[in-house]
Amino acid sequence: MKKSMTLAALTAALAIAGCAKKPPAVLPPGPSSENTTPVDNGPIEGQVLPGSRADFLRTVPSDRIFFDTDSFSVDDQDRVTLDAQAAWLQRYPNVRVTIEGHADERGTREYNLALGDRRANAAKNYLQSRGIDAARMAVISWGKERPDAVGSDESAWARNRRAVTVIPQ
Amino acid sequence: MNRLKCFLLAIAAAFVFAAQPAMAQLSVDVTDESGDDLVIAVPNLATPQTASTAAGPTDVLGRQIADVIVSDLRGSGLFRPLGPSAVRTISYPEVTSPDYVYWPGTGAAALVQGFVRVNDDGKLTIGCYLYDVALKQELTRQGFVLAPADWRRAAHKCADAIYARLSGESPFFDSRIAYIAESGPKGNRVKRLAIMDSDGANHRFLTNGQSMVLTPRFSPDYKQIVYLSYIDKKPRIYIYDIGTGRQHVVTESANQTFAPRFSPDGRNILYSMAVGGNTDIYRISVNGGTPVRLTNSPTIDVGGSYSPDGSKIVFESDRSGSQQIYVMNADGSNQHRISFGGGSYATPEWSPRGDLIAFTKIAGNFRVGVMTPEGQSERLLTNSWQDEAPSWSPNGRVIQFFRSTQGRDGNASIWQVDLTGTNERRIPTPLNGSDPAWGPLLP
Repeated sequence: MKKSMTLAALTAALAIAGCAKKPPAVLPPGPSSENTTPVDNGPIEGQVLPGSRADFLRTVPSDRIFFDTDSFSVDDQDRVTLDAQAAWLQRYPNVRVTIEGHADERGTREYNLALGDRRANAAKNYLQSRGIDAARMAVISWGKERPDAVGSDESAWARNRRAVTVIPQ
Repeated sequence: MNRLKCFLLAIAAAFVFAAQPAMAQLSVDVTDESGDDLVIAVPNLATPQTASTAAGPTDVLGRQIADVIVSDLRGSGLFRPLGPSAVRTISYPEVTSPDYVYWPGTGAAALVQGFVRVNDDGKLTIGCYLYDVALKQELTRQGFVLAPADWRRAAHKCADAIYARLSGESPFFDSRIAYIAESGPKGNRVKRLAIMDSDGANHRFLTNGQSMVLTPRFSPDYKQIVYLSYIDKKPRIYIYDIGTGRQHVVTESANQTFAPRFSPDGRNILYSMAVGGNTDIYRISVNGGTPVRLTNSPTIDVGGSYSPDGSKIVFESDRSGSQQIYVMNADGSNQHRISFGGGSYATPEWSPRGDLIAFTKIAGNFRVGVMTPEGQSERLLTNSWQDEAPSWSPNGRVIQFFRSTQGRDGNASIWQVDLTGTNERRIPTPLNGSDPAWGPLLP
């Protein structure tokens, strides 16, 4: 049944995903890297495996939430994103995730490692409140070491203050 | 600088009292130069006869050693050295009997002479003599026997002897730096553990960059480095054994551990652990075992640095709502804030002399500064976009830190500044660099 998704169905799924409410701040994931959030746009041809990373990325409005400077509070927009992530995770109870916390470059290195951990846990705690078992969710902080946007301006920093829910390949 | 002049003046005065009339002119000379760096001549080290060694011929080594001494002294900001290319070559017999007719004409107030000799066992004997040119007096001498490959250490030790004798401060050149070598794009930086001498020489990479590494610190005996590694995407603190090249995790935990520091006696490691969004500071034996929790605020307590006697720890916490500096006893008791100068403060490091705390001040830009352990007499030493993470020289007179530049092509490099804030320079590294950690004087 996994492989029975037709191209038409895939197109429909994409269309639905396109209709989902997306936070304006969400930009396409950054360049691929070996160490952090791998980017997977899914197979160009063929099917998207239900419960896969590609499935997750096409189902939820975003794989990440964003934070204000030096903050780790989850706002209404983040809740929309995390609610969708929680719904997806409920559908695939065997999928374990890693939540990566990040900070912008305007903080010192070690403090930012602690701040990234705070942000990853803020996302984890919310997902847990939506019924996701904490044992399924690992957290890791990258501090300011893996910026998604490499500029040194407000818009880049806003993109980097993030918690990203990463589904295994 | 003034201290140096005062020292020479004091000698001059002593000789005046000893009824040597010519000395009066000397003190005038020194006074005329006040405000300038002390001019010190460093001709090539002589050799009784040129002989080949594993590190090259002795006459070439004599020139190289003089060059390193010149570089060290100039880098301290206290001296204006006249190196081998600025003064004449000396002969071996001259080493212990300086040409007091020639040297005053060079403008040098002090003179360094020395020799390189090969022993029967292939080792080198390197001698180093410091003279007061005007007083025609030897001020100090040092001799070293070492393998030819270690010739740079003799140069650093000689520079240390000169620096210590003339400044009254403790030496610091003969020491090493651990740091993080950086390369690759800003979004996916490759970070490698690396070590080098205090002047950037004898550089060596210790890790290959496959896993991100951060924040190294030398053990007091230089045998180990404690650092943070992301091996297997599990950020943990590791100890790297320099002798064997092996590394092992210090404490297994389901939580992220980071910001490791050795205690001054090398027996314990201070580290931070993040549990469910709350970071606190812990202590564990270098041999592992059960960690001891030192802070328990519901906010971020991170980093830390022992006082030289090991009795206190300075650390950073945002329990007040912003990053500030706190001091506690080594057992975690009596935690109290010391930074009240406005803005935020991070990365406190206790001076090996015990008299000052270095820190990163965050007020828009990052700047490196110092204050007393009581939080008094705050002074900012640097002024750039982001200067972060000060590390003290072994004598507590110089600070290294890393400087980041902004933008998509921004990178980091290692710099040092003295406590006057006026002598600032970049430390040469093969790649970009961050997180410098200055070790103690070499044993």
